Amino acid sequence: MRLKGLTLGLAAAVAATGIAAPAVQAADSQYFPLLTYRTGPYAPNGIPFANGTIDYFNYVNLKHGGVNGVKLVWEECETAYNTKKGVECFERLKGKGATVVYPNSTGITYKLIPNAPKDKVVILSSGYGRTDASDGRVFPWVFTAPTTYWSQASAFIKYIGAQEGGMDKLKGKKIALIYHNSAYGKEPIRTLNLLARKLGYKLTTLAVNHPGQEQKATWLQIRRDRPDWILLWGWGVMNQVAIKEAINTGFNLERMIGVWWSGAETDVVPSGAAAKGYKAGTFHAAGGDFPLFHDIKKVVYGAGKGFKDGEKYIGQVLWNRGILTGVITTEAMRNAQKKFGVKRVNGDQMRWGFENLNLTESRLAELGLKGFTKGIKITCADHEGNGPVLIQQWDGKKWNIISDFISPMQEVVRPLIEKSAAAYAKANKITPRKC
Amino acid sequence: MFYREAGQFYTSYAKDQGIFQLRQDKYGLWGILFIAFIVIPVGLYLLVQGGLMAASTKDYLYNSIFLLLLVNSMAALGLNILTGYCGQISLGTAGFMGVGAFAAYKFSTGMNYRNQHEDDAGELVSQLVPMLPPIDNPLILMILAGAVTSVVGVIFGLPSLRIKGFYLAVATLAAQFFLVWCFSRVEWLYDYVSSSTIQVPPMKLFGLVVTGSETVMRDGQQVTIYPAAETKYLICLATVVFFAFVAKNMVRGRIGRAWMAIRDMDIAAQLIGIRPLATKLLAFAVSSFFCGVAGAMLFIFYLGALEGAEAFNINESFAVLFMVIIGGLGSITGAFLGAAFITLIPIFLVIFFPWLGGQFGIPVSTALVEHIQFMIFGALIIIFLIMEPLGLARLWQIGKERLRQWPFPY
Repeated sequence: MRLKGLTLGLAAAVAATGIAAPAVQAADSQYFPLLTYRTGPYAPNGIPFANGTIDYFNYVNLKHGGVNGVKLVWEECETAYNTKKGVECFERLKGKGATVVYPNSTGITYKLIPNAPKDKVVILSSGYGRTDASDGRVFPWVFTAPTTYWSQASAFIKYIGAQEGGMDKLKGKKIALIYHNSAYGKEPIRTLNLLARKLGYKLTTLAVNHPGQEQKATWLQIRRDRPDWILLWGWGVMNQVAIKEAINTGFNLERMIGVWWSGAETDVVPSGAAAKGYKAGTFHAAGGDFPLFHDIKKVVYGAGKGFKDGEKYIGQVLWNRGILTGVITTEAMRNAQKKFGVKRVNGDQMRWGFENLNLTESRLAELGLKGFTKGIKITCADHEGNGPVLIQQWDGKKWNIISDFISPMQEVVRPLIEKSAAAYAKANKITPRKC
Repeated sequence: MFYREAGQFYTSYAKDQGIFQLRQDKYGLWGILFIAFIVIPVGLYLLVQGGLMAASTKDYLYNSIFLLLLVNSMAALGLNILTGYCGQISLGTAGFMGVGAFAAYKFSTGMNYRNQHEDDAGELVSQLVPMLPPIDNPLILMILAGAVTSVVGVIFGLPSLRIKGFYLAVATLAAQFFLVWCFSRVEWLYDYVSSSTIQVPPMKLFGLVVTGSETVMRDGQQVTIYPAAETKYLICLATVVFFAFVAKNMVRGRIGRAWMAIRDMDIAAQLIGIRPLATKLLAFAVSSFFCGVAGAMLFIFYLGALEGAEAFNINESFAVLFMVIIGGLGSITGAFLGAAFITLIPIFLVIFFPWLGGQFGIPVSTALVEHIQFMIFGALIIIFLIMEPLGLARLWQIGKERLRQWPFPY
């Protein structure tokens, strides 16, 4: 009879929850589903990233009473960086009035892309996801602003070329790519291979399996090959291990560059001062010295509305990236509100707002983010924006930007994007829009 | 009272050999099928039309719950044949599902291979050349996926003739790792795309859009048609029901009895004239066929785009094994019950706790919910296995027994 009680209890609970009633939404609020991951092997990276966006939304609400008076409301859903969970989350939340989603994982992005026009939800995958989705003619609902993996790969090669004293010096150089064996990690290979043919360097690709603790074989190979440069395309614990292994191997960290997901505090802090000199890409500044951040500290955390223990993340690389996601979203929303003269923005309007976003440097300064990133201008055909990449370096205590904005080799990357997008359009019988 | 066999006589051999000998069972089954095929689609449709449910909630139920449930049931059915009926433990289920998914993908895109050469300017030119005409019928694709997977399953089943028990589990584990390695390393499998992600091409069945989308001219306007959740659900449901009947009939006939004989004592089985080689390999073939169909279903209907190494990792293999164990080894009903338990309880808990917190005004963080969910789910599995080691199917049997005796249990 215990079982009977259990069954009845469960049944009652199911009935009470009533899976999801039709969403009732106030006219003066805008709903955001947030697919975040605060558990699982990638949690140390997921937490600051999620907090950044939420802290910014909170700040906009508290300081300005929302975007033009429209309060931002959101709901988090835990994905644990797992595609199935993420899909379940999105399906559950999209009906509550979602207009934008940040899939926060390459796998989830791929899954959501085909249905985006049907769901009328903008997919913003800043610096991750499907690179060829930057072609707005084939993927009207997907935005990769401000930059993509392929752009970054070409920018890295440009940077290495500059360090070597000219692109012609790359000939015969050995570059090793250590990558997370997943869709994410494989993204740059095509670009790097193409550039290798063009510039004459020798590319070695070394895969590391999820979650990435096991890298002994990889580094044995590095020891044997002695590459001139290492590119690290890792995520989560894989980064920490790779940096530690690089130190153990005695590799000169100045010649090791991580992708922007391999360049956060959690990646280098375990190795502490020994990781000094390690470099990583990024598309925004590091550190907390921006007027906006001081204000967030005061307005959000000062009022006790922030996350418990959340203040320590302010100024961290991934937290800053979360802020950028929030800024792009609210600016696109503002854009849409202005154009359509509405308060709450629907999916189509939001898409317009993103597509016509011109986040200038003076606007960034107004927001208290002077010099945080380069201006982002999205167009109908180009959903990536200008895609500038910065190089930052760990000095043992914090990340410092050490390069100017490096423009990616658009002449190489853009044709690749267009070719790949055209193949997608053909396979899926999509007629590209005219732009 | 409800389950009395009294008064039900078998007057012909056909009746004596029927799958469901009790009238109650037969009607119960028809009832369940009626609910699944008619009541759910029509009911949800009416609820949405009547404004009692948001259209997105309906889509959520279909796309995230029912479809996943069906896919998992299919996989659990497959593993149950191998582990539950034939006694061969397998940890390679996810790998075999992956074979199904990739087979479906390759057949649906025409088995492309890459033709790469340098043109006059020294630029690398590569193009995909199809070897077969692409197939865009999901039913045929699922069958083909099953067929390919059963060949792979038989190959990996060969060691089962020499090794048993835990050692076989380790051998199938090797299959799991090897197959997943292939999914991320053999470029041909994913048509050489840079991200190793496969994506289902647009498909239609009986004139209905099943995957992708279709743009048509209607009244002089371009209209894009997306697949209806109901279509996917009904196709999957029909497939699963069909294969469940196949499995049920297999396990209660000569083949199933041979499997069970092998499971219970292989030497004794050999002595009564059952050939272990053929029997075990047949179990591997049939089980892999089912898993392959499940993988193809997962790919075509549920995910649409997937990355082999992530979608078919070892955790999926364990999940299916748990479904079989919790549902009940050697029971077709058990496969469904186990799949329901493993699929639905976590989703329910994730929705339930924030709701519960909301009732008392306590905000519950998503990370906390996830952790609680893990603990409770784990505890539930242990409780169930202690209370009923033979699984949910056994509970169901006990329930039937009670119903039979109720209200006078003596």
